[in-house]
Amino acid sequence: METLISQVFAGLSVGSILLLIALGLVLTFGQMGVINMAQGEFIMAGAYTAYVMQFVFTNPGVSLLISLPVAFALAGLLGVVLEATLLRRMYDRPLDTLLVTWGVALILQQVARDVFGAPNVDVPAPSFLSGSVSFFGVALPLSRLFILALSLAAVIGLTLVLVRTSLGRRIRATVQNRPLAETSGISTRSTDRMTFFLGSGLAGIAGVALSQVGSIGPTLGTNYVIDAFLVVVVGGIGQIKGAVIAAFALGLLRAGFEYETSASIAKVLVFVAIVIFLQVRPQGIVNVRTRSLA
Amino acid sequence: MAVATLLTAGLALTACGSKVGESASSGSAGATVAATSAGKSCVDTSGSTVKIGFLNSLSGTMAISEKTVHDSLQMAADEINAAGGVNGKQLDVISEDGASEPTTFAEKAQKLIQADCVAAVFGGWTSASRKAMLPVFEGNNSLLFYPVQYEGLEASKNIFYTGATTNQQIVPALDYLKEMGVKSLFLVGSDYVFPRTANKIIKAYAAANGMEIKGEEYTPLGDTEFSTIVNKVQSADADAVFNTLNGDSNVAFFKQYKSVGLTPESMPVVSVSIAEEEVGGIGLDNVQGQLAAWNYFETIDTPTNKKFVEAFKAKYGQDRVTSDPMEAAYTSLYLWKAMAEKAKAFDTASIQGAADGVTFDAPEGTVTVDGENHHISKTALIGKIGPDGLLYTEWSSGQPIEPDPFLTGYPWAQGLASN
Amino acid sequence: MKLLTSSSTRVWIGLAVLAVLLLGVAPALLSDFRLGLLGKYLCFAIVAVGIGLAWGRGGMLTLGQGVFFGLGGYVMAMHMKLDDAGPSGVPDFLQLYGSGQVPGWWEPFRSGVVTLLAIPLVPAVLAVVLGLATFKRKVRGAYFAILSQALAAAFAILLIGNQATTGGTNGLNGFRSFFGYDLSDPANRQMVYFLIAIVLLVMMALTWQLMTSRYGELLVACRDSEERVRFLGYDPANVKTVAYVIAAVMAGIAGALFTVIVGIISPADVGIVPSIGMLIGVAIGGRTTLFGPVLGTIAVAWLETSLSESFPSFWVYFQGALFMLVVAFLPGGLASLGGGLTGLRDRLAGRHRSGPPDPGGPVAADAPGVSDAAMVKGPA
Repeated sequence: METLISQVFAGLSVGSILLLIALGLVLTFGQMGVINMAQGEFIMAGAYTAYVMQFVFTNPGVSLLISLPVAFALAGLLGVVLEATLLRRMYDRPLDTLLVTWGVALILQQVARDVFGAPNVDVPAPSFLSGSVSFFGVALPLSRLFILALSLAAVIGLTLVLVRTSLGRRIRATVQNRPLAETSGISTRSTDRMTFFLGSGLAGIAGVALSQVGSIGPTLGTNYVIDAFLVVVVGGIGQIKGAVIAAFALGLLRAGFEYETSASIAKVLVFVAIVIFLQVRPQGIVNVRTRSLA
Repeated sequence: MAVATLLTAGLALTACGSKVGESASSGSAGATVAATSAGKSCVDTSGSTVKIGFLNSLSGTMAISEKTVHDSLQMAADEINAAGGVNGKQLDVISEDGASEPTTFAEKAQKLIQADCVAAVFGGWTSASRKAMLPVFEGNNSLLFYPVQYEGLEASKNIFYTGATTNQQIVPALDYLKEMGVKSLFLVGSDYVFPRTANKIIKAYAAANGMEIKGEEYTPLGDTEFSTIVNKVQSADADAVFNTLNGDSNVAFFKQYKSVGLTPESMPVVSVSIAEEEVGGIGLDNVQGQLAAWNYFETIDTPTNKKFVEAFKAKYGQDRVTSDPMEAAYTSLYLWKAMAEKAKAFDTASIQGAADGVTFDAPEGTVTVDGENHHISKTALIGKIGPDGLLYTEWSSGQPIEPDPFLTGYPWAQGLASN
Repeated sequence: MKLLTSSSTRVWIGLAVLAVLLLGVAPALLSDFRLGLLGKYLCFAIVAVGIGLAWGRGGMLTLGQGVFFGLGGYVMAMHMKLDDAGPSGVPDFLQLYGSGQVPGWWEPFRSGVVTLLAIPLVPAVLAVVLGLATFKRKVRGAYFAILSQALAAAFAILLIGNQATTGGTNGLNGFRSFFGYDLSDPANRQMVYFLIAIVLLVMMALTWQLMTSRYGELLVACRDSEERVRFLGYDPANVKTVAYVIAAVMAGIAGALFTVIVGIISPADVGIVPSIGMLIGVAIGGRTTLFGPVLGTIAVAWLETSLSESFPSFWVYFQGALFMLVVAFLPGGLASLGGGLTGLRDRLAGRHRSGPPDPGGPVAADAPGVSDAAMVKGPA
C-alpha cells in the first residue's frame, strides 16, 4: 500500500514536471506548428533566473517566488526575440524550425557555459519547501507538491487566458482560421508574438520548478525537451486537456515501469508504448476535427 | 564508366597490406603487433624541448570535471619548466580537446602521437575515453598517463594509472563500512562501466563478508528523476547506500534523498565520485555529513599538500578547490619526469623499463610506481563532508596500499575477471 | 529531355572528378593520420547521400539516422570482436563485464558472410517496419521528426543499459583485424580508406540513377503534394518508405565502415546529438542536390576538426550559427547560391528538371495546414 502510494505520487510528480514543460509547447508547437528545440534552453534560462535571484533577495523563499514572474518574462522575451528574428519567416516550414532552433539551443547552452561557468550551480530549497508531509505513512516531499500545484495552476491560468481573455480569443481565432481572423481586424502578427511569449514564458516557470529538483547546468533543458514533445504528440495537437492527460499518463507509466524494471528500460518501454499508441490513435488522445485536408 | 575504372584501380591498390598471422608476430597482443608494423615513433628530442600532450575535455558534458585536471597539469608543467625542465629540456605542451566523446579522444590521441609527435600524453577521464584511447596507444606504442580512479581490471603496458584502482578505493570503503557495523547496502549508480563493475565487486565482497545487498539501481547518465529510486531506497531500509552516480545525477539524487527525510545519520551515503569540486553544485546542505572515499583531500595536513594547494589557489583563484583527480594528474606529470630522468631518455621502452619503483612525494603522500601493472601505491581515505564543503578525513588506511587491479590478492574476488 | 541528358553528363563528369580527388590526389598528399580523418568524413558523407534523398527529395526529416548508423557499426564491431577472439573465443570485454559467455544473438556474426548481409539488412528491416508504421498511418512531418529523435534516444539508452552484451558507454573498440587484415598496418588502413571512398562514389552513382528515374519523380511529387499523388493512384507511404529504407541502408553501411576506420563505435555516435549533427552538412551543401550533401558534410567535418583543435568553445557557437543562418535564410544550402563553383554544382545536380527550381522545394512539403491540427490527419 505504502509502495503503491509513493509510486503513484512519484508518477504524478514526474507527470507534473512534464506537464509544466509541455504546456508551453502546446501553444508554440501545437497551435503554431513550430518545433522549438530551444524550449529546453528557455527552461534553463528560467532555472538560472532562480539561481541569480537568490543573490538579489537573501530570503530563499522570497527569491524563489519572485523568480517565477521574472523567469516567465525573461523566457517569454527570449521567445519573442526568436520569433521576431528567425521563426516568423519560417511558418511555412515547420521541420526547418526544428533545425534552426537546435542551432539556437546550441548557442544558448554555450552562452550559459561561458557566463555561469561549466560547473553546475544549486538553488537551495526555501524552508517552506524543505522536508515532507506524511500521507498514510508515506513521506511526500514538499518540493514535489509545490511543482504539482504549480503545474495545475499553470493549466488553469492558461485555460482562463485562452477562454476568457480577448488575447485568448485572438489566439484561437488566428489558429483556427488565419485569413478570416485577419479580415476581422485581428493583427495576426502581434497575436503570433503573444502566443510565443506565453509558450516560452511557461518554459521559464518550468525552469524555476526544476531548480528545486536537480542542479542547474547548461544542459538542464535538453534532457526534458524530447519527453515534453512526446507529451504534446500523445495528447493531441494543440489541446491542453490532452496534454494534461498525456503528461500524467506518461509519468505514471514511467514510474510503474521503473519500479518493475530499471530507469533505463523504463524509458525505452515508455517510448515503445507511445509508438504503439500512435498506431491506434495517430491523432493523439484528444482529437480535433478540422476541415483541412492538406 | 569512370567509376568502374577507378574502382578497379582502387582495388588493385589495396591488395598490399599484411594479413594477421602473416608477419612474424602472432597478433596476440596489440602492442607486439604494433611494434613490428606501425610503431615507428616520430618523437624528436634533439632540440632543447620535448613535446608532451594534454588531452582533456574542454567542451561538452565532461568539461566540468576535466577542465580542473587540465589546470593542474598545466601548473605541474609550468613548475617543471621553471625548475629547469626534464633531462634539461623544456616541456612543450600541446593541448587537445576530447570534447567528452570517446571517438574524439581516440582521434585526438592519434593526432598527438602521429602528427604532433609527443613523447607522452596526459589525460582522459571517463572509462569510455580510456578504453577508446587504449588501442591507439598500444598500436602506436606510445604512453598515456591516466589520472582518474577507475574500475580496475586493466593493465596496459602503454598506460600508467595514477588514480586509484578498486582495491585502493572501493575495497577500503567496504572495509570501513564493515568496521562501522554496516550489515546491508543499497547500490545506486549511473548506467556505465564504472558503477556496474564497482557494484560487481561490491556484491562479491558482500557475499563473502555477510553483508546483504538490498537493491541495485542504475539511471541513465545525466538523469535527474530520482523519485522512484529514492522510494526504493527508503523502503529497502538498508544500513547504508553505496553511491556510484556521476555528475548531475548526484544533485537530483541527494535533493530527493533529503526531501523524503533520509539523513546521514539514518542512512549514510558513501560516494566515490563526489569530490570537493562537486559539493558546491550539489548544494552543501544536501550532502553535508555524507561520506566520500578517495585518496586525497584538500584538507590533508602535510607541508607538501599545503604547498600544492597554495600554489593552485595562487594560480587559479582563492575560491578554487583541489580534488583527487587533479592531484593525481599533477602527480602523473612528476612521475613521468622521474621516470624520464631515471631512464635518461624519453622513448617508450626506456620509460617502461625505468618505471618500476619510481617514487614521488605527492600531495597525497609518497607514491610508488608498480612496474608490473603500471599503477601506483596509494593511501585510501574516507572523508566526511564538512560545513565548509571540504572533505575531512574520517578514516585512513594508514599506509599506501599496493595496487591490485585484477584483485588477485582477494580470495572473494576470484572469478570477477572471469577468464 | 535534352536538358536531362546534358546535366546527366555533367553529373558523371563531377563524379569522375570527385573520384580522382578521393582515390588519387588525397592519398598522395595526405599523411596516414589525415587520410584516416578524411575516411571518417567520407563515412558521414555516405550517410549524407541517403539523407539528401530522404529529406531533400522526399521531405522526410530523418532525425534518427544515428540509429541505423549505429546498427551497421555494431554489427561490424561484433564481427571484428569475435574474429579477434578466434573461432570459439570470447571477446575481452565480455570476460570483464559480461558473463564470460558469448551471448546467443552475437553468434551469427562470427560469420563474415552473415555480417556483410546484416550490415544493410538489419537497418533495412527496421526502416521498413518504422516507415510503414508511420507513413501508412499518415504520421508525418513534425510527429515523424520527434518520434525519430525519441527513437535515437531510446536506442542509445538501450545500448548503455546492456553493458554486459553491448559494452555500455564504452562501446566496442580495440579491433585488431578486418576480415583477416591487420588493422595496425598502415597499408591496410589505406585499403579501408579506398574501400570507403569507392562505396561513397558507388552510392552517389546509384542515388543519381534513382533521382532521375521515374521513382525519383514520384518521390519529389510525394514531398510536394502527398494527397495529389494519392489521388493519382499511388500509395505515398510505399514511395516514402523506399527512400527511407535506402537512407537507412546507406547509414548502416557508413556506420560499419566508420567502425573500421575509426576503430570504435559507442552510444555517443548514435544518439540524438550525432543524429542531428549528420543533418548540418546536408543543409549547408544543399539538401536537394546530389553533390551538396556530400561536399557540405566533408566541409563541416573538416571545419569541426580544425576549429575544435584551436578553439573548442568557438566551434559550438559556429555550429549553432550555421544551423540558424543556413536553414533560416538559405534553405537551398550553398548549392542555391548563384554564380561561381557552387552555382555550377547546383546546375550539375539540382536543377535537372524543367519544373520549378527546387531549393525552396521542401518549403512546400509541409506548407498546407501548417498552423493547425492538420499535421497529423485523421483517417481519410
